[in-house]
Amino acid sequence: MSMALLEVNDLSIHFGGVKAVQNVSFSIDAGIVYAVIGPNGAGKTTLFNLITGVYKPTTGEIRLDGEAIHGKSPNELATRGVARTFQNLQICMNMSAIENVMVGAHLRLDRNLVKAAFRLPALKRRDAEMREEAAQLMAFVGLEKYHDARADSMPYGALKRLEIARALAMKPRLIFLDEPAAGLNPKETIEVDHLVRKIADSGVTVVLVEHDMKMVMNLSDRILVLDYGKKLAEGTGEEVRRNPDVIAAYLGAHA
Amino acid sequence: MKKNAYFGLYIVIGILLVLPFVLPNSFYMDLAIRMAINAVIVLGLNLLIGFAGQISLGHAGFLGIGAYASAILPTHFGWHPLLAMGAGATATAILAGLVARPIFKLKGHYLAMATLGLGIIINIAIRNEAAFTGGPDGMAVPAMGLFGFELTSDKHWYWVVALLLSVSVWASLNLIDSPFGRALRALHGSEVASQVVGVDIVRYKVAIFVMSAVFASLMGSVTAHYVGFVTPNLADFFHSIELVTMVVIGGMASVYGSLVGAVLLTALPQALATFEGWETVAFGAILMLCMIFMPKGLVPTLAAKFGKGE
Repeated sequence: MSMALLEVNDLSIHFGGVKAVQNVSFSIDAGIVYAVIGPNGAGKTTLFNLITGVYKPTTGEIRLDGEAIHGKSPNELATRGVARTFQNLQICMNMSAIENVMVGAHLRLDRNLVKAAFRLPALKRRDAEMREEAAQLMAFVGLEKYHDARADSMPYGALKRLEIARALAMKPRLIFLDEPAAGLNPKETIEVDHLVRKIADSGVTVVLVEHDMKMVMNLSDRILVLDYGKKLAEGTGEEVRRNPDVIAAYLGAHA
Repeated sequence: MKKNAYFGLYIVIGILLVLPFVLPNSFYMDLAIRMAINAVIVLGLNLLIGFAGQISLGHAGFLGIGAYASAILPTHFGWHPLLAMGAGATATAILAGLVARPIFKLKGHYLAMATLGLGIIINIAIRNEAAFTGGPDGMAVPAMGLFGFELTSDKHWYWVVALLLSVSVWASLNLIDSPFGRALRALHGSEVASQVVGVDIVRYKVAIFVMSAVFASLMGSVTAHYVGFVTPNLADFFHSIELVTMVVIGGMASVYGSLVGAVLLTALPQALATFEGWETVAFGAILMLCMIFMPKGLVPTLAAKFGKGE
């Protein structure tokens, strides 16, 4: 039996009386693009927050490569190759664009305080290499012209991609993209579509929350549909599209 | 952080080299030494406040630990001053490390209150343990001996603190442009974003808190030996506030801002002495005007105005 990269079993979280995610189970194989869709408030971002350790689940389990990871903190998950972006931007506005990307490589660099204070040659050399790599990542996501920019001087669309570049700097195995095309114009959306494809082709498993259905259908190998915190359907794009429950949830018809 | 950030260091070193030859008398020499001592403390504090976005309203307490370690251990127990200084710094590191873990579970006003309380506790301990500390009257500190000769004249002290200051500026510049420093600035910018890229935020907050506390403790020892006398005022709440004000006026997250803040706020009370009973009012008014017209602090505001980033 082949083991999935990520397995979620019977996952729930309650905020007081609100059951934001209820008894959700699914699994994601390595190397695919997996989309999570659903109406606003369906629990998609909450699900991301659970899997990436920002929230602790009330019940249920999450396994990465068979190892239980629920309840671990986000920084512990980062050491296991889990990266993510945020729906509402989480860019460090007190830093330059390229430094934001370099922060993504935090775990790959020597973080010793004393070596840093005395600017030891090895550390300095590695930092210069990292700066070069960060510049390449910015070019990869289409931000080469912001090489010397401060983060707080960049437009919204560019910051969304800066988040992706920062996540890629971790060299992740699994990347969670929370609405990468939200708030972008049609041209930018197509560019992000291509970018996600490029990321998937580079061998990173992609999990995507997105409202742009064309993009979701285009990119995804499998789709999970959430509604009111519950799993409504799961399958390929075609299966999901034909599912009567999904049609009912999206069109408001009585199934 | 661009390469030219280090250009300012050469200017600082240049000024420090020339200064003793142009200062007219020992009054100015004394002022320069106290400015340099404050500048080192403020550099450390700015790493915590400006770069990492945390707050400490109790830093004078750590300064007090260093100062009193240098006063008590040589006087009562016959320790070598350098050993006493190291012991003070170690005690500060242990205390700061122990209280930092629970303290940094707090944020904002709660963090401010917790550090404020810590500073006040240290100050009360110093005032009450009169058998060792001399209580509110303070106590004399023996001279610092280095390699067989005693540091007594202002000239000697000037070169010691000038060296300490230059190294501190260099180390601060190095630190903020390193993986460690970027992690600090990132957790200031977005805690959740820095966590998901792997930054253990509590660990980093604790590390920079301990480091800035040790800076304060070491400079407390230097102050004690230089002045030759310590009083509990060194460790009181107002001194903590004064240090934070230096950070804010000079400019948060600005290395050179720390120096400007320390220099100005050390000099200002002297310059305002002519106002007699009104100097505190004038002092407060100047601070208020600075904050109203330059809320980011002097150096960042001026740097932005003249188009040169730090």
